[in-house]
Amino acid sequence: MSTEPPARPFDLDGAWRLDERVAIRPERFGALLYHFGTRRLSFLKSPELLAVVRGLAEQPTARAACADAGVADTELPRYRAALAALASSRMIHSRSV
Amino acid sequence: MSLVDEFELGLDAPICLTWELTYACNLSCVHCLSSSGRRDPRELSTAECKALIDEFQQMQVFYVNIGGGEPTVRPDFWELVDYATAHQVGVKFSTNGIKITPEVARRLAGSDYVDVQISLDGATEQVNDAVRGQGSYATAIRAMENLAAAGFAGFKISVVVTRQNAGQLDAFQAIADRYGAQLRLTRLRPSGRGADVWDELHPTAAQQRALYDWLLRNGERVLTGDSFFHLAGYGEALPGLNLCGAGRVVCLVDPVGDVYACPFAIHDNFLAGNVRGDGGFTRVWRESELFTELRSPQTGGACTSCSAYDACRGGCMAAKFFTGLPLDGPDPECVRGHGETALSTVLAGSAPKPSLDHSHRTAPVPVTIARRPPQRACDESPLAVAAG
Repeated sequence: MSTEPPARPFDLDGAWRLDERVAIRPERFGALLYHFGTRRLSFLKSPELLAVVRGLAEQPTARAACADAGVADTELPRYRAALAALASSRMIHSRSV
Repeated sequence: MSLVDEFELGLDAPICLTWELTYACNLSCVHCLSSSGRRDPRELSTAECKALIDEFQQMQVFYVNIGGGEPTVRPDFWELVDYATAHQVGVKFSTNGIKITPEVARRLAGSDYVDVQISLDGATEQVNDAVRGQGSYATAIRAMENLAAAGFAGFKISVVVTRQNAGQLDAFQAIADRYGAQLRLTRLRPSGRGADVWDELHPTAAQQRALYDWLLRNGERVLTGDSFFHLAGYGEALPGLNLCGAGRVVCLVDPVGDVYACPFAIHDNFLAGNVRGDGGFTRVWRESELFTELRSPQTGGACTSCSAYDACRGGCMAAKFFTGLPLDGPDPECVRGHGETALSTVLAGSAPKPSLDHSHRTAPVPVTIARRPPQRACDESPLAVAAG
């Protein structure tokens, strides 16, 4: 099963989206993510993080997606790290690409 | 609650599902965990297989690990692969490479949804063929050449770590690098015919320690199917989930539709139901008595007082069961040596036998590895008189 690769700096003020080859399975702890291209599995460890990931495509920035999902400012560093891990495993992409 | 704690309580659908499509196999590997060889006349039909794939899709099982037997010898194998991928169920299949021709390799390279795992149990022909049979090394290498030539990047080379190949880990990595493949190492279990050769094939304590150190150095680029979690008892956890996923996040569907807690536990004690029953696979997974039991809090038994218990969680259920050890005691390969002590108290011949055996009736005799010798003369014949 997957272990996430080391995180790179993540741009919270950028526009992001889920990779179209990623499937989401909601679970009581959050969700499972599976990327059919890289064949990697990732875990979203809270329902809030799932809401953030689902909101990425509609919100102008990742920061706005976090706010919309009810993530408090003090929690942002944790969410930023989680999103960075998802970006480095190609689960999510910058929309400018 | 940690993720591991969550997984111990089970999920609505498996994360990792092994589906053995047939017991038929062109080989007779001495350690075959499913005692494969001959096809079972009750194997699921093409229509039944497709209905099962529909269920997997509904449950959002992202991918299935297809094995056997040798799955590619089923005449409808490619039809089922195409059906699964058309229904958002990815396929990773294990093969000895027999059907991976240049043409098949090109076709496989064209699909995102199909992954291939070539079994290889020696980095040299001599070590591999002693376990997997004459010619099997050449077959596997030819399949890898074909996949690499077709541009299939990142296919898997799957190695069961044994006493004979434990010293070849770097050589296996070199083979993987040569073909642009990823190495996958898994643990030898005393399951199926593996029970007959486990004493001679399972790594020594020193080899286990070397394997652990090697995995710590190389773990990020090597897959293990999380099968070495018993080694976490050495200290640092290896990458991946360190828990027994049997019936919680993992299960096996066998060729006749029986659902077992894990691929290494083909025995009535671990049989949860059959996909042909009312409610199908979904009901077995969600409601069977066995899986409900496996998801309830487990007791560590004799292991609870051990300082390594939180790390190794008592090890592998199947490994304990088929070596005759109690399920709430130490793993036979416990890194603290408690398994060896426990094994010394198991009466010869008392370990449970697999419930099924589809071995070829004329299995080739392995070249260099002997079957487990009888422990006492009377194990061979009740009338024998012990010599000496």
